[in-house]
Amino acid sequence: MEYLRNEMKMEFLALSSNEGFARVAVGAFVAELNPTVDELADIKTAVSEAVTNCIIHGYEQKEGSIWIHCLIEGRQVEISVVDTGKGIRDVAQAREPLFTTKPELERSGMGFAFMEAFMDEVEVVSEPGKGTGVTMRKIIGEG
Amino acid sequence: MEHIYEKEYGCLILKMPAELDHHEAEFLKEEADQLLLKYPVRSLVFDFADTCFMDSSGIGVIIGRCKNVRFSGGYVKAIHLNDQIQRIFQLSGLKKILEVE
Ligand SMILES: Nc1ncnc2c1ncn2[C@@H]1O[C@H](COP(=O)(O)OP(=O)(O)OP(=O)(O)O)[C@@H](O)[C@H]1O
Ligand SMILES: [Mg+2]
Repeated sequence: MEYLRNEMKMEFLALSSNEGFARVAVGAFVAELNPTVDELADIKTAVSEAVTNCIIHGYEQKEGSIWIHCLIEGRQVEISVVDTGKGIRDVAQAREPLFTTKPELERSGMGFAFMEAFMDEVEVVSEPGKGTGVTMRKIIGEG
Repeated sequence: MEHIYEKEYGCLILKMPAELDHHEAEFLKEEADQLLLKYPVRSLVFDFADTCFMDSSGIGVIIGRCKNVRFSGGYVKAIHLNDQIQRIFQLSGLKKILEVE
């Protein structure tokens, strides 16, 4: 197969009604790699987790923008989800399964655990008061 | 009401939405809690027959409603999960919390 290279950027308001739009848009962009049904579900779930976190935690359900950058290089897809919200003080702690700062909203602390389970690599860069960027990578077609 | 509920003999069937994310979870929690307040329920069934997607937002919906129903001695189960939702149940430990059919 030829070596693919493709790139996509989008920006949208941090509204819960955009969660579905964001994961479907990324899913459609990745389609040229011919992902399996499971691989596509993995990507959509990971994107949904990252975008939901921007809305609930980054902007605490107030106004803001979310940026997604997707890069296809060969069989790898790289997806970055960025907000300029409140940021994370302790990233290592935030990534622990079951850790949540919003139990009152019935959050379960499984978002990062799902991103890690469904993608090959997850990187989190965050600064309190500045925002958070989550970059996830996955090789499509590894079987 | 967007979600349809069927009630028979103290059994409530909660039809889950097509995509159970944070956006849908908010509506669902409100509707479910109103209903659970009105009717004392002996068993609650989460029916995923029409659901193709669920993320971590669904976990809170399920655990929260389980607590409410079990507090009053009720029984909870989930039915008709597709593969993606099965994996979410597996990874999150929901499978150990309620019966999956
Ligand atoms: N974009 C973000 N901005 C600020 N804080 C964040 C962001 N993403 C995650 N966090 C912090 O990391 C914690 C863990 O996130 P994670 O997604 O694993 O769990 P959760 O969102 O709390 O629960 P769940 O995803 O299961 O609903 C959050 O509770 C929050 O404190
Ligand atoms: Mg989360």
